Amino acid sequence: MSTADILAILQGAVTTASLSGAAVLLGLPLGLLLALTRWAKVPIVAPLVAVYVSILRATPLVTLLLLVFFALPNIGVPVGAVSAAVLALTMNTSAFNCEVWRAGLMNFPKDQYEAAQSVGMQAGLRLRTIVLPQVVRTCLPGLVNEISLLIKVTPVLAVIGVVDITRAAVRIGAETYEPLPPFFVALAIYVPFVYAIVSLQRLTERRLARAEAE
Amino acid sequence: MHDFVVVWSERALLLRGLGNTILLSLTATVAAFTLGTLVALVLMSSKSAYRRPVTGFVDAMRCVPFLLFAYIVYYGLPSLGLNLDNWSAGLAALTIYNTAYMAEILRGAWSAQPVDPIDAGYAFGFSGLGHFRRIVLPPLLLSAAPVVGNQIIQIVKDSAFLTVIALPELTHAASSIQSRHYIPFAAFITAVLLYWTLCLVIEACVTCFGRLAEARR
Repeated sequence: MSTADILAILQGAVTTASLSGAAVLLGLPLGLLLALTRWAKVPIVAPLVAVYVSILRATPLVTLLLLVFFALPNIGVPVGAVSAAVLALTMNTSAFNCEVWRAGLMNFPKDQYEAAQSVGMQAGLRLRTIVLPQVVRTCLPGLVNEISLLIKVTPVLAVIGVVDITRAAVRIGAETYEPLPPFFVALAIYVPFVYAIVSLQRLTERRLARAEAE
Repeated sequence: MHDFVVVWSERALLLRGLGNTILLSLTATVAAFTLGTLVALVLMSSKSAYRRPVTGFVDAMRCVPFLLFAYIVYYGLPSLGLNLDNWSAGLAALTIYNTAYMAEILRGAWSAQPVDPIDAGYAFGFSGLGHFRRIVLPPLLLSAAPVVGNQIIQIVKDSAFLTVIALPELTHAASSIQSRHYIPFAAFITAVLLYWTLCLVIEACVTCFGRLAEARR
């Protein structure tokens, strides 16, 4: 394995990082939106969201990715590998994020909400100034956990031809007839990254526990 | 609609894939749970010489993406002189990987157990494995059941990754149908719905188990 090969894997790492970054940035607010529709019991939408979340949580990312990548062009929506990857990752993580947000919203103390209502705050203002700041704090460990899970499924993107860490490693393995070294380079990129996020999750958990104890 | 008729005509292939997914997940669940219990025993042991390396293994597994791990097992074991077919390699990867997660789940549930019954067990003369099997394990299983259920769903989903080493499971079957007839939507939606059904069944089992736990309390 040459230096150029390692650079190729690092190039793949940039792709992996930007695609998962995009999915996180899109999936966090989308998950919140989905959770809010269920929390507010919006007629028709809320049960649909419940089914969407239930199906997506049960679907392996490979299957979802193949569905998005092959089926969308088939019904006339042209998607490339990269947009299919971002779409599938976002759909997947939004479903899991929705459950985290929903748990946070469900546990939100009702008295505070009613107090805001009684002083005549509008729904949007109540949400923005009373509910969200607190819910974000309680949901943070769960959301960071979802990010680490998301990163751990990104090697699947290689299946539809996105040149991420894993695809770069597979290609180098096939060229050099030594599949193992490139995979270990890939591991050496993934493990510290995931470890950092898991540590971040523990940190947020501890901070939350301390804030609640006070 | 016509596409789904084509999928129906290929139902034998799809059902074989579903059967293989169930077989893989079930075998890996039983094996990972059994091994995970043993690993959890070590994780809870008071001897740090045993505990440290095992904690290292569990923590490492939790940072490794499953697909990369499966590739390494599939390509790596032959270079160690172990020639495995894709079935054994896939099953080994699925089992080893999930053993770490099961162990961590059991360890977490175990730490949250009240100490009194455990001490009482010792006071009544239970010791070693007998103490673990009769005193520690039953309440542990009941309290860990929901999280273990989630992990079983995770195993089902992980098994889909094994399509990359050409294991003929459900996603692989859907891929073959799609490439043979070019009906991606029908083929993969059917697979998704089958996965969903599988997960609903697992969730229903966990709920039943939870009722049992409630009744025993």
